[in-house]
Amino acid sequence: MTATEMKERLVGRALKRREDPKLITGHGNYLDDIKLPGMLHIALVRSPYAHAKIVSIDASKALAMPGVVAVFTGKDMLDINPMPAAWQAAGVKNYPVPPRALAVDKVALVGDPVAMVVAENRYIARDAADLVEVEYEPLPAVVDARKAVEPGAPQIHEAAPNNIVFEWECGNKDAADAAIASAEVVVKEEIINQRLIPTPMETRGSIARYDPLTGEWTVWMTSQAPHVHRLLLTAFVFGVPETKLRCIAPNVGGGFGQKIFCYNDMAFTMWAARKLGRPVKFVEDRSENYKYSTHGRDHITEAELAGTRDGKITGLRVKTWANIGAYFSTVAAGIPTTLYGRIITGVYKIPAAYVHVTGAYTNTAMVDAYRGAGRPEASYLIERMVDRFAAEIGMDPAEVRRKNFIQPEDFPYDNGLGLLPYDSGNYEPALNKALEIAGYAEFRKQQEELRKQGRYLGIGISSYVEICGIAPSAWMGGQGWGAGLWESANVRVHLTGKVVVTTGSLPHGQGLETTFAQIVADELGVPYEDVEIQWGDTQGTPFGYGTYGSRSLAVGGVAIKRSVDKIKEKARKLAAHLLEANEADIVFENGRAYVKGSPDKGKTIGELAAAAAVAYNLPPGMEPFLDETSYYDPPNCTFPFGTHVSIVEVDPETGHVKLLRYIAVDDCGNQINPLIVEGQIHGGIAQGLAQALYEGAVYNEDGQLLTGTLMDYAVPTAAMVPHIETDHTVTPSPVNPLGVKGAGEAGTIASAQCVMNAIIDALAPFGVKHLQMPATPERIWKAIHGK
Amino acid sequence: MIPAPFDYYAPTSLAEALTLLQRHGDDAKILAGGHSLLPAMKLRLASPSVLIDINKVAELRGIKVNGTVEIGAMTTWSAIEHHADLAKACPAMADAVALIGDIQVRNRGTIGGSLAHADPAADMPAVILAVDAQIHVEGPNGPRAIAAADFFTDMLSTALEPGEIITSITFDSHGAGEGSAYAKFPHPASRYAIVGAAAYVKMENGQVTACRVAITGAGPKAERQSAVEQALIGTDGSADAVAAAAAHAGEGMDMLGDIHASDEYRRAMCKVYTKRALLKAIERAR
Repeated sequence: MTATEMKERLVGRALKRREDPKLITGHGNYLDDIKLPGMLHIALVRSPYAHAKIVSIDASKALAMPGVVAVFTGKDMLDINPMPAAWQAAGVKNYPVPPRALAVDKVALVGDPVAMVVAENRYIARDAADLVEVEYEPLPAVVDARKAVEPGAPQIHEAAPNNIVFEWECGNKDAADAAIASAEVVVKEEIINQRLIPTPMETRGSIARYDPLTGEWTVWMTSQAPHVHRLLLTAFVFGVPETKLRCIAPNVGGGFGQKIFCYNDMAFTMWAARKLGRPVKFVEDRSENYKYSTHGRDHITEAELAGTRDGKITGLRVKTWANIGAYFSTVAAGIPTTLYGRIITGVYKIPAAYVHVTGAYTNTAMVDAYRGAGRPEASYLIERMVDRFAAEIGMDPAEVRRKNFIQPEDFPYDNGLGLLPYDSGNYEPALNKALEIAGYAEFRKQQEELRKQGRYLGIGISSYVEICGIAPSAWMGGQGWGAGLWESANVRVHLTGKVVVTTGSLPHGQGLETTFAQIVADELGVPYEDVEIQWGDTQGTPFGYGTYGSRSLAVGGVAIKRSVDKIKEKARKLAAHLLEANEADIVFENGRAYVKGSPDKGKTIGELAAAAAVAYNLPPGMEPFLDETSYYDPPNCTFPFGTHVSIVEVDPETGHVKLLRYIAVDDCGNQINPLIVEGQIHGGIAQGLAQALYEGAVYNEDGQLLTGTLMDYAVPTAAMVPHIETDHTVTPSPVNPLGVKGAGEAGTIASAQCVMNAIIDALAPFGVKHLQMPATPERIWKAIHGK
Repeated sequence: MIPAPFDYYAPTSLAEALTLLQRHGDDAKILAGGHSLLPAMKLRLASPSVLIDINKVAELRGIKVNGTVEIGAMTTWSAIEHHADLAKACPAMADAVALIGDIQVRNRGTIGGSLAHADPAADMPAVILAVDAQIHVEGPNGPRAIAAADFFTDMLSTALEPGEIITSITFDSHGAGEGSAYAKFPHPASRYAIVGAAAYVKMENGQVTACRVAITGAGPKAERQSAVEQALIGTDGSADAVAAAAAHAGEGMDMLGDIHASDEYRRAMCKVYTKRALLKAIERAR
C-alpha cells in the first residue's frame, strides 16, 4: 500500500460483532461451565420469612448426610466484614447496613441466607440444605418505602432508625415552592415507578480457589466490574492486600446492572475455600436470583409541575420515596440521588425545581442500578408530567415540548440541580424527525376518525436526555462515590505487527471487542483482524471501574485511543530516527510513518513495531517495544438525547394494548458501529416497554415475592416486542476526542413513558389522565369502566 | 434443575407402564411431556420417588381422523398443530394448540399429560368439554371411557383412579353446519389462559340447534357454560343473540383472582371471550 491509498475507515461501519460466533454456537465459557478439580458445591438455607429473629440453627441431620463436607452459619463468618456500602448519598448522613456473607441473628427478607451447606455435588448440597433445621421468631414486615418510614412501622435495622437510609435533596426549594404557589396552572400526580427484576439470561454466582501456600485466592465471578470487586473484597471485606486476589469474569450472560455489585456469595465462597482448602462453587438458580439478587426502580413520587396557560413550564417539585430493600447494596444510594434528582428537569429549561428523596429500608430484595439507573425514573416522571400539563392546558404535547426545550445556544447547559453541565444537544431536530416518521399530523386526523368508530388509538412522545460516560473522578467523589471513575488501557504492538489491547472494561453483551477493535484498527492503520481485545481477568488487564452507566466507550474507549496516540507518537520518533529525518517532518497515516512530501520514504507500523521489539537501532534514550498505557479521566459526563414516538391501539372491551408502531430517534454523538448502536437501542426499548406493559415485581404484605418465577414475572418474548423504526441525529460530544456519548441505556430511559403517554392519549376520551405501570389489560379496563 | 432424588423407569409398552405404576403406587408419577411435572420437581413442589417415563410407549402416539377423531395420549401438541385433517375436523382444537406455550413446549407437551394434570389454566380442557370428548383410560381393572364432562373434578383433580393411565381421546369430527373456535386471553408470563373460551355450534336452517361452551382459566377447573348454551340454542346466531347469550358466561362459577387478573375482571372477560369464540364458531359453521 502506498501512502496515497487510503485504507477504508472502519469507524462508522456496521460490522457484525466479532464475539458472536463463539457465543451463539454454544462455545462461550460462562461461570457454570467452569469445573475445577476437587471442587465443592454450595447450597444455601434461605429464610422463608421476610423479617424474623434466628432463634436456633441445627445442622446435625445435614452433616450426617453422606457427601456433606460442612455447614456454616453467619456466626462462623464474623471474622470478615459486611459488604461495602460504596456509594452513599452525597452531603447528607447515610445509615448504611450492607449485608453480611450470611445473616447473623436476624433475617430481613425472604431468601436471606442463614446457613450454607458445602457438599461434594450440587444435588447433595441441595438435599442437605432441606435438612438444616432453623427456628425463627417471625417479626412484622414492611415492603412499601413510604409506609416503612411512617411512625410505628416495623424497625428493620437498629443502626437505621425509622428505616431511613438517607434523606437527600437538590435544587432550590424556595424557588420551586414560590413557582408553584404563584402558577397559573399546577398539575399534581402520584407517580409510581414499579419495582423491576433485571433478569439477565445467566444468573449470578462465584467460584473461589485458595492457595494456602501463597495465601492467594482466584475467584471466577459473574461480574461487570472484576477490578472493583477485587478491591472491595480484599481491602474492605477480608482486610488483606488486593494482590492476594485475582478476579476473573468469564463470559457474562447479561448484567443490566445486577452484576455490578459486591455480593455475599463472593465473600462466602472465598471464606469457605480458605477454610476447607478446596475450590467451592455457588451458582444461583432463577428463584434465588429473583429473591435475593438486586432489583431496580421502585419509587413512589408525588410530583407537581407548574406552568402558564400558554405552555411555559415554570416550576417542578418532586418528593420521592426510594425503596432500597432489606440491606444497602453497593451503590444503592447514588441511583435515586445523583442519577435521578440531578436530571429531573430532563430536556427542559425549568427555572425552579426541587427534589427531595427519602431512601428507605424494607423487607424486600435490595434495589440498586438497573439499566438506566435513576435516569429512567427521572425521564418517566418529567415526560409524564409534561404530557399531563399539556392535556391540562389543552395544548399539543409536541408543542409544549418545543416551547420548553433547552436550545442549542444554551450548551454547555447548567440545569441548576448540581449536575455537571450538559455537554451538547439539539433537541428539536430529533423531535421533528420522530414526528415526521410517525406522520404526526396525519395520525391526529386518523385518530379522530377512528374514535368515532369506537377504536381507540393513541400516540406517545418521549423526549429524553440522559447521563452517560459516568465520570469524572473528582466530581463523582463529591457525589459520595467512594472511588474514582477513570478507565485505563494498555496497547502493545507485537513484533509481528499484531496489536493486543487490554482493558479494564468488562463487555457482557455490549460488543466492545468489536467497537474497540474498529477504533484501534483505524487509528493505527492495521488490519481489523490483527487487533485483539483482552478483558475480564484482573491479572492480565489494567485497572478499570467496569462496564455500566453507558461509560465503556466514552471513558474506556477513549483510554484505548489515548494509548494508541502514545504508540503513534513513539512510532513517529522511531521512524524519524530510522529514516534520518526530522521528527517534525514525519507524518503518520494509514498505518505508515513517512517523510512529509516523500510518501515513498516510510515505514509501516509493523516494520516500526519489529524495529522497536528487536531494538537493534533505537534513538538514544528510547526504550524498546511499542507498549503504552493510558489512564483517562474525562472532564465531564456525556449527555445523549433523542425523541421516541409510539402508536398504540387499546381494545376497550378487554383493555389490551397493541403496539402498532415504535419510532426511536436517538443522538448518541458519533457512532463507531451503527449496528451495535441499533442493537443496544432495541434491547433497551424492549426492557422499557416491558416496564410499561408487562413487568412488575410484586410482594404481598408479608414480604413474599408473588412474582418469584418466570411463570409470574412477565419478561416479554420476542413476539411481544414490535418492529422498531430507528433513526438518529448526530451531535458529537465535545467532552472526548472520539465525539462519542454512549447508547447502552438510552432505549430503556426513553421508552416506558413513550408507551404510557400513548396509552393515556388513547384513553383521553374516557377522561383518563394517568395510569400506573405496568398498564395491564385489567388496569386499563378498570380505567375505562371507572372502576 | 436440582430435584430431590428419584428412580427412573422408561417402559416401552402400556402393559409394562401399568405394571410399574401398580408396583410403585402413590410414590410414582407418570412422566409424559414433563412441562408441568418437571418444573414442579425443580421447585421441589413435587418430589415423587419414582418417575415412569412413557415417552417410549409408541402405542400411545398418533392421530386418526375418520368421522371420529382419535388422538393418542402421548401425541405432542406439535403433532396436533400440524395435522391438517384434524384442523378441519375440529378448528377449536387447532386454535387452542397454536396458542399453547411456545414451539419448544409444543414439541414436548402431550395432550394426555396435560389432561391428567388438569391445570385450571390449561387450554385443552375447555376444548374437550366443548367437543364432548371421551377420555379413554386403562388401569388395573381394564379399560374404560370417561366423558369430558365428568373428567375434571376440581383444581388439579380428575376422575382418573389410582393406577390408571390415559390412552386416548376421541370425539366426533365436525360435519356440515358445525363449527368451533377457541379464544384466549393469555397470561403475560406463563402463556397459560387467564380466560380461555371454547365454543361448538351446530347451525341448521339458519338456527343454532346445538351449542356447547366451556371456559378454562377463570375458575378452579374448566366448566361447561350451560346458561350460555341454553340462551343461544334456537336463536339465529346473530351478533346480538351471541352477545346476549355470552352475557351468561361465568354464571355460577367460582372465579380465581390473582395479581394478574382479579375475580371481577376474569368474570367480565369470560363474557368477552365467550362472545368472541361463539362468533368465530358460528362464522365457521355457516
